[in-house]
Amino acid sequence: MTGLVDDFLPALMDPDRPVPAGLQDGLGRPAGRRFNVYRNNVTVSLIDALMQGFPAVVKLLGAEYFAAIARVFVQDNPPQSRLMMHYGAGFPAFLETVPALARLGYVGDVARLELALRRSYHAADAEPLDPALLGAIAPDDLPATRFTLAPALMLIRSDWPIHAIWAFNMIPGSPAPQVQGQAQDVLITRPDFDPVAQPLPPGGSTFVAALIAGASLGTAHDAGLAETADFDPTTILGLLIAGGALTGLNTETTP
Amino acid sequence: MPIATPQTATLPTAPGVGYKAQHYSEIIADARPVQWLEIHAENYMGDGGRPLAQLRHLAERFPISVHGVGLSIGGETPLDREHLARLKHLCDGLNPASFSEHLAWSSHDSAFLNDLLPLPYTDATLSRVADHIDQVQDSLGRRMLLENPSSYLAFAESTWSEPDFLRELTRRTGCGLLLDVNNVFVSATNLGFDPRGYVDAFPLDAVGEIHLGGHDADQDDHGAPLLIDSHGAPIADPVWTLLDHVLAHSGPRPVLVEWDNDVPAWPVLADEARRAEKALARLNPALRAAS
Repeated sequence: MTGLVDDFLPALMDPDRPVPAGLQDGLGRPAGRRFNVYRNNVTVSLIDALMQGFPAVVKLLGAEYFAAIARVFVQDNPPQSRLMMHYGAGFPAFLETVPALARLGYVGDVARLELALRRSYHAADAEPLDPALLGAIAPDDLPATRFTLAPALMLIRSDWPIHAIWAFNMIPGSPAPQVQGQAQDVLITRPDFDPVAQPLPPGGSTFVAALIAGASLGTAHDAGLAETADFDPTTILGLLIAGGALTGLNTETTP
Repeated sequence: MPIATPQTATLPTAPGVGYKAQHYSEIIADARPVQWLEIHAENYMGDGGRPLAQLRHLAERFPISVHGVGLSIGGETPLDREHLARLKHLCDGLNPASFSEHLAWSSHDSAFLNDLLPLPYTDATLSRVADHIDQVQDSLGRRMLLENPSSYLAFAESTWSEPDFLRELTRRTGCGLLLDVNNVFVSATNLGFDPRGYVDAFPLDAVGEIHLGGHDADQDDHGAPLLIDSHGAPIADPVWTLLDHVLAHSGPRPVLVEWDNDVPAWPVLADEARRAEKALARLNPALRAAS
């Protein structure tokens, strides 16, 4: 078979290329715009997938402008996976390269937050730790305690108030964000099936990142303190517990 | 005495619908007249979370048809072994009543195009598709159904008619067929052939499932009608008429209503399923008993 890939595939992704030869209607005439049905199906389905995956960015840019930007991304970045739930991993970085979006410096990080929410939604299930086990840790053992964390736990760090921007667009009744507002790192947990995004206080993301990396509670606490003198891990541990993000613990000191 | 095989369940010869998560509560509460559900395999290949939890719950209550949209059985490159393994994992965990895929291609090398793209019906394509079907059936340990596509154009190099091509595939591989009646109507309109003639040439004995869906209307360069298989509208009247013609020759079959875009409220979808139920009920009793 000739032409299927050599001609068909490039023409599919580039509307400026001619319709491949050998394609016809029922009377043997050249296929002409019939080929555009496939072009449209591919492009529109991929743009739709991005619209579904990045609803806050759609609101920030407006649907029409988002579709125009997405069309450019789609042409150069067809999915590399057959699982459309993973499509758009490169979209946040792409948004940051679009000159017209330069004044919306936060848009890439808002897209990263949405990507992380989607990953959390599809992440593997994990049984949360029995709170009684947490309460039973002897105070002396706390600093050496290490946690296993739920696969649905995600952490996004940003120089922008992305949680406020995201919430204003996605959660009715949220206050208008201050674009000059404080940078926000965001913690995503999945208590049951719906991911929950919460802004972290200063030092919080450093603390959580340390736990994710396998550091002990004491080491993670020190890392938070190094960033903020009045760092208090209890609030963040509370978020992790409420979000079902702690799934195992080990109080043994590793050499 | 037939010997029990691993694939014990079969789809009932009754209406089913393509499952949409927004209908979950209504389906659990009262799915009538729907008796079985079809899922798109690729939407349930995540690691966990709500989609898989809902699917497990539904599978305890309904026969499930797993319908793949991403295997690219007609592709020029070898089947993606990783994807085949994911399909096997899904089917092994679910033991669905049916597994089906499309006579189409959708990927090449690393690029996935998220659409069902057409194939020339040549001897070379036939051998390649047959090899791929063998590989799928061997990997999954079950017979698969292959679906006829909707066509917007034809390949000058084709030497087989679509019904003959599909019949030959069933002969070579032992696979069954999924007859999409809307696709027949769409292709017949777009390429100017008689849909009833297509059905009469189709190997109906091999049909294990029937699909119905909605289409949109456009025009080609010459002003001729060009129907688009959109799955975003009610099933058109001539498609219901063609369904009657199919059932009169095939006998009762599992009939699925697909509505994937602009998904309507549950009662609208249930009404379409009710119409399919009536079409099945209209078959004369002798024919129903014969199948």
